Amino acid sequence: MDWGFIMGIGAFVIASTLRAATPLIFAALGGVFSERSGVFNIGLEGIMLFSAFFGMYGSYLTNNPWLGVLLGTLVGGLVAAVHAFLSIELRANQTVSGVALNLMAVAGTNMLLVKFFHSVGQSPSVAKVADWQVPLLKDIPFLGDAIGNLNPLVYLALAMVALSSFFLFGTTTGLRIRSVGENPEAAATVGISIRKIRYLGVIASGLLGGLGGVFLSLGSMDLFKENMTAGRGFIALAAMISGKYNPVGAFFACLLFGFAEALEGQFQLLGMNVPTQFLHMLPYACTIILILGVVGKSVPPAADGIPYEGRK
Amino acid sequence: MNIGTKLKEYGSKLLFPAIALFCALIAGFFIIGWFGGDPFKAYHHLFFGAFGTPTKFGETLVYVSPLILTGLGIGLAFRCGLFNIGVEGQFILGMIAAAWIGSSFTGLPAWIHIPLTMLAGILAGSIWGAIPGFLKARFGAHEVISSIMMNYMALHFTGYLVNYVLIEPPGSRPVTRMISDSAKLARFLPPSRAHLGILIALACLVLVYLFLWKTKWGFEIRAVGLNSEAARYAGINVTHNMVLAMAVSGALAGLAGALQIQGIQYRFNDLFGFPGYGLDGIAVALLGNNHPAGILFGALLFGAMNSGALEMQSVAGISKHLIGIMQAVIIFFVGADYLIKKIRAQRAVRSESLPAATPVSKEV
Repeated sequence: MDWGFIMGIGAFVIASTLRAATPLIFAALGGVFSERSGVFNIGLEGIMLFSAFFGMYGSYLTNNPWLGVLLGTLVGGLVAAVHAFLSIELRANQTVSGVALNLMAVAGTNMLLVKFFHSVGQSPSVAKVADWQVPLLKDIPFLGDAIGNLNPLVYLALAMVALSSFFLFGTTTGLRIRSVGENPEAAATVGISIRKIRYLGVIASGLLGGLGGVFLSLGSMDLFKENMTAGRGFIALAAMISGKYNPVGAFFACLLFGFAEALEGQFQLLGMNVPTQFLHMLPYACTIILILGVVGKSVPPAADGIPYEGRK
Repeated sequence: MNIGTKLKEYGSKLLFPAIALFCALIAGFFIIGWFGGDPFKAYHHLFFGAFGTPTKFGETLVYVSPLILTGLGIGLAFRCGLFNIGVEGQFILGMIAAAWIGSSFTGLPAWIHIPLTMLAGILAGSIWGAIPGFLKARFGAHEVISSIMMNYMALHFTGYLVNYVLIEPPGSRPVTRMISDSAKLARFLPPSRAHLGILIALACLVLVYLFLWKTKWGFEIRAVGLNSEAARYAGINVTHNMVLAMAVSGALAGLAGALQIQGIQYRFNDLFGFPGYGLDGIAVALLGNNHPAGILFGALLFGAMNSGALEMQSVAGISKHLIGIMQAVIIFFVGADYLIKKIRAQRAVRSESLPAATPVSKEV
């Protein structure tokens, strides 16, 4: 094997890692917002699935993938609003509500497939978001092959990491979100509306999770498949936990999962004979290892998952 | 307590699931209408598809027995404050272990081979369940996430086993060998596939009830679930109980998987998705308020829905996924029981004009 070949594979692995990590990054950032405001959102998986479907459907209706992205993202926010209503107004058990959302998403998207396309399991192909050739960047020797020619949603995910980090740790609203997640009673006494902040956090998580779902159906593929999220919402949650409820930490954890997923394809390319089932297990095994706290103890916000009982 | 108050107590316990079910039926009504179907016709076929004839009832039992066991498994873990979403994976491991042991021996008498095969499923399920329990107890790893990961690992791990290790004959499509006749459970109500596993599931209902409410272990598990800090203070080993609860929970799911092989499939086929009994078991446990009697009711309801859905789909043309949506609605309502409790508490305040504490669900 010569250097050119190895470099080529290296660039390819970096590019596929970023692609595989993108839906996770969006969803994990969403998780950060929700948990930081004190609402556990295990429904991210369902949010992603609904958004993946409606992203595809929007693109199908308008033949414009970007309108699909918009529709899918908004649906993500809407589904999250349901979770917010149940958690905040009805003080539902947040895990239970999230599980119900996930169940609803699997059954609901299947029924919608039948309703709109009379097909089982898979939608027809739609216009997808085309990759970008970033001028200048794509001409840099090694780097250009790795990150110069990616889907715009991948670049958006990277930008969102920085943006979310700034928003949470650099703005007043971010500070309020964090304080509500840590100590809602104290936040309430200084006049912060727990209700509003929590709605904000959960709906933000839906919009971001929605982007992650949309990427699956319009970025990495051009159609919707039954259950196409395949546990990515849960993996994103795990990434967020091992990233210590921090946008940047979550981002690095997502890269690791993306890498594990990208490896699946590369082993065969390198001529290694590993049963594919073990490669499929890799991202899930990584998740378990990561939530064991190999990166140090991850402490959730103190009020995470606990309905707020005080005056609104 | 006299009979009147006791009946009233049971009535109030039934009220909530009944409301949840009613709302799910209403939701389904609108969805069917939106799909251009006739809701009455759909519900007619849903009901008679499940209970119409003895054979159909037999087919319903095919769904009920695993749901009793997975629901019990999840309910038992809930009682310890743990959400075992990994029942799906534990079920799968139970299936493959049973297929392996069931097909490995020939010439064993049935009275040894049947329990041996079940035991294989129980063991495999309990190991798969104990892992997230241990990770939670030792490292504080969130059991919801680790047990979901164990589900996917189970799917791919058994895929490996059936493609490379247990494939029979080698080179064929990925299935294991048929289990021996000596490991099969007898069927009744032919031509339905109803089998004696239902009796085992019912026996487990009683056993789990006795375990949780009549033994010291069961008491400790429930104490940890109610308030783990208080339990720790009272000298209960919380770590130990979490692992125990998850292992027993996994054992029940593994047994369900074994019965599925011994009574229905007779061999393990490569899976292309989750069988779904574990996920439905969550709804069953929630609907049954994690009590064996309630779980029996929930399993009957969801078993009937799953079984009737086939006729509803083929005759009334309504997708069987409608059932999934109705189950989600039921879970939503059970999860949001705060509303009812609040209304009830307010009524109690008004009728007694005494300050009453607002009970808030902290059960899960």
